[in-house]
Amino acid sequence: MSRLAGLFSKLKEQRRRALISYVVAGDPSPSGTVDLLHRLVAAGADVLEVGVPFSDPMAEGLVIQLGHERALANGMTLRGVLDIVTEFRRDDTETPIVMMGYANPIERFGYEAFAEAGALAGVDGLITVDLPPEEVDRLDEALLQVAIDNIFLISPTTPEQRIKSIVSRARGFIYCVAVKGVTGSGQLDVAEVAERIGVIRSMTELPIAVGFGIKDAESAKRVADVADAVVVGSALIDEMVRKSEAQVDAEEIQIHGAAVQLLERIRAGVDSSHF
Amino acid sequence: MTVEVTPELFESVPDAHGRFGQFGGKFVAETLMSALADLEALYGSLKSDPAFLSEFDRDLAYYVGRPSPLYEAARLSDEIGGARIFLKREDLNHTGAHKVNNTIGQALLAKYMGKQRVIAETGAGQHGVASATVAARLGLQCHVFMGEEDIRRQSLNVYRMKLLGAEVVPVTSGSRTLKDAMNEAMRDWVTNVDNTFYIIGTVAGPHPYPMLVRDFQSVIGREARAQSLSQAGKLPDALVACVGGGSNAIGLFHPFLQDLGVEMFGVEAGGKGLGTGQHAAPLSAGSPGVLHGNRTYLMQDDDGQILETHSVSAGLDYPGVGPEHAWLKDIGRVKYVSADDEEALAAFHRLTRIEGIMPALETAHALAYAEKLAAEMSPEQHIIVNLSGRGDKDILTVAALEGIEV
Ligand SMILES: Cc1ncc(COP(=O)(O)O)c(C=O)c1O
Repeated sequence: MSRLAGLFSKLKEQRRRALISYVVAGDPSPSGTVDLLHRLVAAGADVLEVGVPFSDPMAEGLVIQLGHERALANGMTLRGVLDIVTEFRRDDTETPIVMMGYANPIERFGYEAFAEAGALAGVDGLITVDLPPEEVDRLDEALLQVAIDNIFLISPTTPEQRIKSIVSRARGFIYCVAVKGVTGSGQLDVAEVAERIGVIRSMTELPIAVGFGIKDAESAKRVADVADAVVVGSALIDEMVRKSEAQVDAEEIQIHGAAVQLLERIRAGVDSSHF
Repeated sequence: MTVEVTPELFESVPDAHGRFGQFGGKFVAETLMSALADLEALYGSLKSDPAFLSEFDRDLAYYVGRPSPLYEAARLSDEIGGARIFLKREDLNHTGAHKVNNTIGQALLAKYMGKQRVIAETGAGQHGVASATVAARLGLQCHVFMGEEDIRRQSLNVYRMKLLGAEVVPVTSGSRTLKDAMNEAMRDWVTNVDNTFYIIGTVAGPHPYPMLVRDFQSVIGREARAQSLSQAGKLPDALVACVGGGSNAIGLFHPFLQDLGVEMFGVEAGGKGLGTGQHAAPLSAGSPGVLHGNRTYLMQDDDGQILETHSVSAGLDYPGVGPEHAWLKDIGRVKYVSADDEEALAAFHRLTRIEGIMPALETAHALAYAEKLAAEMSPEQHIIVNLSGRGDKDILTVAALEGIEV
């Protein structure tokens, strides 16, 4: 069984929801990312989403955009992200890792070459924001060969017919985008999300993760009431930025600590959900 | 690529997936897919709808002032020698460039869709002005995204947009130029997709934009073709147009694609020289990749990160290019060349002094190459240059480059 499938079936037995954290590889520093990932796991992350920085992150709000800019200024590359995953796997062979990024760096790397390198590094899933089902066939095929799950997104504007065709080819889990908008924006309408999850559930057994707009323990709890997994990203990065701005001489360990503490609170929120 | 170039080939693109060979497509976030499907369906039904087409034609005639003349630049030809040079005068359009042909068309689509708000990205500000203009005319709310760097160098157009009632939103991310303005417009569109129509300013973006912008701009080539036949008695031997995203070029080229005897040259911005890396010439010096919703030629590094571009003209300062151009390059139907900053400035001055026509700096790139081309041709031959816009907006830029305070 894949790491993602194993995790979700274990959590289901334990009647727990999954918490997925997102940070950008190389932000705030390339040398610290592996350590940050381990600490996020220790603080309660069940799945790690690792952002691959891109020069033109069209679907990101300002907080994550700036994270991408910092990571690139630090010299992070797609190869570098794969190296980070490889290093992480030396001490953690269990936590599923999902890479999240944009098409062009992967195109440049080559779809087959990327799939092979990703599998070798220990990547479990991939979200490519600008590869909708219409454009993902070739990459999906390459990922399938190496048992990496291509994670499909469903948004508030996806019509029912389309949801049906998306879930029929989905693997790993379904990523349900909570709001119309970019990452980190928008007011979360949990009732609306719950309704959409109902529609998706009627069509698939796959776990459903909800992301975009989850900021704190309270919003995480409300989403966990209805979804199998809760994704938090912008809020973690924002915490780190605030810490480094409030204390200019802060050590990286302390900056990471700000995100880790927020994640602990969000974990508690998720675990207090009722379902 | 081994594709046999026959006249029919050009009718086969884009295909049902919005592809031109391996280029084009719909590389956008899931949230936008249904908006693109709606636009595609609407445009599919309107593009052969007589009522829609006659409304479009009427606006082009009475609001834009079409047809634009095909003017023979006889003094320029005398000075250069060689082929006769004709200028397709898009600078005489209302708002001073070809951009308005497209914004008229897209604003009509917005109206048919019942959208109350339009957004646009702009580099030189010409597309922003053309969008603000049609928004004013239709009473639509208009937000124009513009890189901070471009706001600085195109301050006249910024003020024009404000006078027209548009809000100009400064973009401070990335290189602060056209590509970043487009990112920001996409982000806005994802957020406000219910009430907002995105008026893309060139033949780039996801399908169906490259197709519909091409169709709206093709009025340029249709007129030029008929004018050439009546004024010169034959089809032109060559066409020359500058290529930023490629809308004025495709507008001129498209109606001639099946005339296989007509040679075509797309002129990219050579900036400080292709060898310096400081240019905006993805077709001449880039490689295929995915940006802003389509697969095309891009300026990118080995990691697939998009590179910053440089051109003296804001409207050409873009690291990508419309997917149809990428395809036309690969099948060899159009040749893509470049002119650098200095050559463009020289051509700007030459046309201004010899013909009394001040071209936009974007257009000046096409002129610079056309001069070289004409010199190698014979007097029985003639070429058409797309005079895509007028240069008033660039006066301050030219003055600053020459150390003159206005
Ligand atoms: C006068 C003029 N010509 C050309 C361009 C380049 O755009 P395109 O390549 O889409 O024609 C611009 C863009 O702003 C422009 O203002």
